[in-house]
Amino acid sequence: MQNSNMMDITYFPGCSLATTAKENNLSLIEMCRKLGVNLIELTDWNCCGSSSADVVDHEIALDLAARNLFLAPTGRPLLVACPNCILRLRQAHLELKQNEIKRYKYEKKWGKKFNAKLQIIHFFELLDGKDLSILNKNVATSLQGLKFVPYYGCMLSRPNTLKHEKKYVGLMEKILTSLGAEPLSWPFASRCCGTFLSVTKPDIITTIVNRIISGAIEAGADCLVTACSMCHLNLEVRCSLKSPIPTLHFSELLSLALGVRKHEDWFSRHLVDPRPLLKKKALIR
Amino acid sequence: MNTPSAKIEKKIQLGSKFAREVKERSGTDFNSCYHCQSCACGCPFSEAMDFLPNRVIRLVQLGLKEEALQCSSIWVCVGCNTCSIQCPNGVDISAITHTLCQIAIEAKGTVAEPDILKFHREVLNTIHRYGRTHKLEVMLRYKLHKRDWFSDMGVGMKMFTKRKLELLPSRVQHMNDIKDFFKQRKTG
Repeated sequence: MQNSNMMDITYFPGCSLATTAKENNLSLIEMCRKLGVNLIELTDWNCCGSSSADVVDHEIALDLAARNLFLAPTGRPLLVACPNCILRLRQAHLELKQNEIKRYKYEKKWGKKFNAKLQIIHFFELLDGKDLSILNKNVATSLQGLKFVPYYGCMLSRPNTLKHEKKYVGLMEKILTSLGAEPLSWPFASRCCGTFLSVTKPDIITTIVNRIISGAIEAGADCLVTACSMCHLNLEVRCSLKSPIPTLHFSELLSLALGVRKHEDWFSRHLVDPRPLLKKKALIR
Repeated sequence: MNTPSAKIEKKIQLGSKFAREVKERSGTDFNSCYHCQSCACGCPFSEAMDFLPNRVIRLVQLGLKEEALQCSSIWVCVGCNTCSIQCPNGVDISAITHTLCQIAIEAKGTVAEPDILKFHREVLNTIHRYGRTHKLEVMLRYKLHKRDWFSDMGVGMKMFTKRKLELLPSRVQHMNDIKDFFKQRKTG
């Protein structure tokens, strides 16, 4: 599949995509290939620190994120798939840009210059502003007739220090609409899924998750579409409704529409099986 | 020296010192908060909190160290930033709650949500061991701590059959880098 027109981008999958959300990882790689982007995994990347390091120990959180930043080769952007990881890496990048003492400490430790110009991009960036007619030309399967609600979770929110970063509001709707699907409006698009409280306060998260999925059903959706693997897991694991509707990764749906056929291993990993729906909509056989 | 006014004076000084520490470590000026409660209205988890987010800020503004460090809200906050984006003054509220958690850990006092802290420690433990998180191990160790093997058995089995819980962790090769981070720290 390699060709000279492919653009190389360094790729940080993060712990979730490397393990529990492999279907997100695989479909993202396929999707990027269709878009002419070759993802090269960041060599020996480590956990971004996640929420836990951020809560318990800021020094370790910065150590962990900084190691990834120093590992990233210069000259090409660093693509991050997980909204939590990208927040940690961008915050660390900003902190090192602003704090000379810390920057110097890490430069000494890793024996190389801090790359202040490193672009840390979400995969939305690859789609944002892209000529959709080109995308349309590549469309192999139309998403016609698929009604979905976009679920961004907390990925549209961020601390004040990063307020100037792009927010990509409406991007999933725009792209999927151009491929034939129909977005529905609903009130829970940016309601947080609860992240780690899913483990420590399951009752509270079950209430929240049920409210989100019921909201999608009431809106008349066939499925939810999310761009966060953590959200995906919580929506699947903590929903106690009798007949929940499936949640699809944005990358899965986009790959399907772009004609990727290697999806055997994706949908079988969902706790709420999306295959009956996808078959009904003639998206898979 | 031990007159009532001297005692109050001492209390005020300690309170100010605490507020200053939170401000410096969080990098956030919480004094611009005028308690419009946008954060409290937006927070998806306020029902699980003993103090609403703006109330936590109030505790810090008033220098009420013990109350701020011992409240449950600082642990319940997941850092989703829903509050920050709604705050008209751009106060980074999760930076404050996370800073309070860290000060509470260092103070070794009462933690209102020991289970949440335990969970975070188990996540960090797997990072310490493998450089990446290992969900199965985090869950098993957390369940061991809770002595609760049954509540999530169904979910666990489902995840297992769907291959969502990996038996073996994904690992970093240069583990010395990672071990090094944890060497100097006492919070792990």
